[in-house]
Amino acid sequence: MIRIEGLCKSFNSLKVLDGLSLEIKEGETKVIIGRSGCGKSVLLKHIVGIIKPDKGSIFIEDKDITKIKESQLKSVRMKMAMVFQGGALFDSLTVAENVGFVLREHYHFSDKEILEAVKEALSMVELDGVEEFMPVQLSGGMKKRVAIARAICMRPKIILYDEPTTGVDPITADSINTLIRNLHDRLKVTSIVVTHDMKSAYRIADRIAMLYKGRIIAEGTPEEIQNTSDAIVYQFINGLSWGPIKKEDL
Amino acid sequence: MKSCLYFLNKLGNRFLALLYFIGGLADLTLHTIFFTFYPPFKKRAILEQAERIGYKSLPIVSLLALFIGVILALQTAVLMQRLGSEMYIASIVALSVVRELGPVITALIVAGRAGAAMTAEIGSMIITEQVDALRTLAVNPLQYLVVPRFLASMLMLPILTIYANVIGIVGGYLICVYKLYISSNMYISITLEALKFKDIFTGLVKSLFFGMIIALVSCFYAFKTEGGAEGVGRATRSSVVVSFVLILSADCLFTSIFYFIFP
Repeated sequence: MIRIEGLCKSFNSLKVLDGLSLEIKEGETKVIIGRSGCGKSVLLKHIVGIIKPDKGSIFIEDKDITKIKESQLKSVRMKMAMVFQGGALFDSLTVAENVGFVLREHYHFSDKEILEAVKEALSMVELDGVEEFMPVQLSGGMKKRVAIARAICMRPKIILYDEPTTGVDPITADSINTLIRNLHDRLKVTSIVVTHDMKSAYRIADRIAMLYKGRIIAEGTPEEIQNTSDAIVYQFINGLSWGPIKKEDL
Repeated sequence: MKSCLYFLNKLGNRFLALLYFIGGLADLTLHTIFFTFYPPFKKRAILEQAERIGYKSLPIVSLLALFIGVILALQTAVLMQRLGSEMYIASIVALSVVRELGPVITALIVAGRAGAAMTAEIGSMIITEQVDALRTLAVNPLQYLVVPRFLASMLMLPILTIYANVIGIVGGYLICVYKLYISSNMYISITLEALKFKDIFTGLVKSLFFGMIIALVSCFYAFKTEGGAEGVGRATRSSVVVSFVLILSADCLFTSIFYFIFP
């Protein structure tokens, strides 16, 4: 479904992605783990076409999105949805307007049809009665749920999650993990989740890939990753301050 | 020698920054004009922006335009009383306000009030990834954010300018009628006699371009925002300063052109 080949990206002199290759199969939930600032979010932004790579290709359903123009990306983006770390809800719109944004912008649905779709999406993320709230009135966990509702409202084939459990309490984090797992089972979407929360990674992943120094250095099922013999992966998943990963390494 | 090289290096960097600004602004202008004629047309967003730029600027425009009219009448009165020509105060106030002060003061107020708000709002959207979210939702940020502001600004500046002109003339009227005891009818008839179509027309043409400058400069700096809250502040400050400079430069240019076309 998604194939990334030799992806390179530098910002000024800082090399963030250095020949990264990765494949995500249809219907799979792939969790990408790695230290903060190692380029996980940059990778997601490449997949959704917001950032252009210096080198390399990203194939989505066999179409190389790095070679197509911005105007042609629209049809690709309509198949994908991204849940941003802070939610990235539009401040000036209500929850209902945020969730129904895509339907209003790209389709000719009536207000009633949009409201029904919004209510359905919100009930899938277990949020009812918040349609008229403004984003500023929501808690961090609620914002993440609304962002997920906005993503699923467009019925995407692929959902990208950027640190879905960062900044929320453990109970809310667990409920978001359950939600991501349930949505995956219910909607049969392909999911890519970027996180450094290992509890969350084990809970939702079909496969886990570790990003280190701009490349994927290990990949496997949660069990395989847990039983890894790789010293770098071992240090990261166990959260150890000593080992081959130094403080300054990204 | 070392300080000379340092100076040249600084000068070169400034020149490159200027070229970068001109290129970026020209690129934004061309894309904005292109997307202005490209569906979907955001009528609701244009009206919302028109309300923010126009309607909500009315109180401050009223106050300042009134002060300008009053000050202009008082300052002119000093000289005219010496010459014994108080009758000309009305025509001087009318021409100064309609040709120059009305459009310029209105543009500066809108740049400081609505332009700064545009930069801060879009800049914050950039920082909080809302603009990235727009892209992932297959919406062009330029079409969604810039075009409505561009059209609303171009539409509202001439309307606000007409309003400021009327209020400015009323300011002059209050001084002349209630302080200098010129009759009301005479003030109105001298004002109407002094104003020609070209005076109103040139002022409105200027205000249309000022509207374009405010929206484009504000959005240009907004899209360059980086570095959190401090970055939003920096972008907002730059957008206001550059808008002011460009408004007065454009005013100088247009006044010179109109001087030769409509002497």
